[in-house]
Amino acid sequence: MFSFSSIEDYVSALQNGETTCEDVVSHYLSVIDSNKHLNAFLEVFADEAAARARQLDQDRNNGKPLGKLHGVVVGLKDVIAYKGHKLSASSKILEGFTSIYNATAVDRLLQEGAIIIGRQNCDEFAMGSSNENSAYGNVLNAADNKRVPGGSSGGSAVAVQAGMCMISLGSDTGGSVRQPADFCGIVGLKPTYGRVSRYGLIAYASSFDQIGIFAKSVADAALTLEVIAGEDDFDSTASKEPVVPYSSLLNSSNYNGAAPKKIGYFKEALEHPGLDPAISQSFNQFLKTLTAQGYIVEPIDFELLEYIVPAYYILTTAEASSNLSRFDGVKYGHRSAVPSEDLADFYKHNRSEGFGKEVKRRIMLGTFVLSAGYFDAYFTKAQQVRNILLKQTSAIFSRFDAIISPTVPTPAFELGSMNNDPIEMFLADIYTVFANLVGIPGISLPLFTHPNGMPFGVQVMTSHFSELALLRISEVFLQISEK
Amino acid sequence: MKVTDELIDNLAHLSRLHFSESEKTALKGDFERILNFVEQLSEIDTTGVEPLLHMGDAINVLREDEVKGSVTRQEALLNAPLHDDVFFKVPKVIKNPSA
Repeated sequence: MFSFSSIEDYVSALQNGETTCEDVVSHYLSVIDSNKHLNAFLEVFADEAAARARQLDQDRNNGKPLGKLHGVVVGLKDVIAYKGHKLSASSKILEGFTSIYNATAVDRLLQEGAIIIGRQNCDEFAMGSSNENSAYGNVLNAADNKRVPGGSSGGSAVAVQAGMCMISLGSDTGGSVRQPADFCGIVGLKPTYGRVSRYGLIAYASSFDQIGIFAKSVADAALTLEVIAGEDDFDSTASKEPVVPYSSLLNSSNYNGAAPKKIGYFKEALEHPGLDPAISQSFNQFLKTLTAQGYIVEPIDFELLEYIVPAYYILTTAEASSNLSRFDGVKYGHRSAVPSEDLADFYKHNRSEGFGKEVKRRIMLGTFVLSAGYFDAYFTKAQQVRNILLKQTSAIFSRFDAIISPTVPTPAFELGSMNNDPIEMFLADIYTVFANLVGIPGISLPLFTHPNGMPFGVQVMTSHFSELALLRISEVFLQISEK
Repeated sequence: MKVTDELIDNLAHLSRLHFSESEKTALKGDFERILNFVEQLSEIDTTGVEPLLHMGDAINVLREDEVKGSVTRQEALLNAPLHDDVFFKVPKVIKNPSA
């Protein structure tokens, strides 16, 4: 019986002949099969994954050099293109769509020997915080099936949580990797904006979107990031900033960068009325532990906290209304059977039948903030606020090495409990959207268990392209919390 | 702000979406709450602040003008709901004025 602890241990077990990729894929397929009720996968590439596993076993036995992710079993959120495979963004509008190219991140995974086991359920077009907006049904949290897994990358989080794959790739526009990682008790990393190419990622809000990683450990997330990060001819917003060998420097004593010691936290975040008392208590205790460990822990005045979710919704809905205009039912996507009077009517039928409720609501809101008469008061205003936030961020990181907060103000809530109030659902993102507004990396670390039995985490954020510092401090925090 | 039927109808047209009467009623209610929520931003003094237009500081990322990353015609037509060997097909939209 295979039991996964880390990629490093798995690869050495392969090399020692203790297991094979074929056996391991068959193990994961059986776990997926016995967890069908969680609805984490929209499609499982069973035969193909098994065939690739046999090929990798053969290559290894023939002495071929091993890729960095040799035999690693990966799931993809259904917004990431994998050539020759279906891709739907969990939307009816893309039912039957087949990718004609690989996302750059997928290309890089495959080049390093990963096995892609399936595509994972999510909120439609990555819009949502509970995975209740999928056209293909809710995903259930494996820790408590009455509760949501978080969103929008809910299926990807649950797949790692329940041991259905080793790694998942998700996407994070306002917390869609970190928030479900928090709800599911795993590691969720959102890299710096532009650290990972967005080529082949279905766009929600292009200046916010970033591919992120779900893993059981920081080391596995570091290794995966090292593989998928870096510049790309097909995405000019992917940064040319060199990729650091995150995995080998993660625990290395040869690393000559300064150990992060100065930790800030937003005072207003801890005073927020929506913060769950048990989360507040655990987090405050953790701050005390850090101080006792020699960290300098100080509050940061952050008066704009109340405004970041409003700014986020104006800007992301605006970008979404523009990005989703391409779904018109001509070159791809759903085409209505209703006869049309004219071209505009034709588009309206196709789009109205294809998109779900939340997606339509965000397209409408985005169209509003971009429309004549409202553009300056809403869209330009939010861009100005974004600039103020960016400047404040630079000032914060001139004083601090990292910012920490709870990842989400509440633990995973019950299915159906938030559906009546869009604002209440938005507030689940209050601690995570900041990183996307200013483009910095953030991670959710599974440190705690709530009195109700659900896991929850701490979010750590560092400055632009400081993923190495972020990952190193994450390792230390996990060790500290285990003591 | 007050969300009127005219506003919703105009936005629906610009968004190329149809809504039923009951959907419109629900949408009006949601819009009022959401706009009320995002209008908090007007409390922030942004006098003299430039809007942030781009994430990241890269300017003019150029590459050689070589044809690559393109797709074949067959691939381009693969996902079209209606097509022939060469073209995407759409309903006839240019009406004959004499008809």
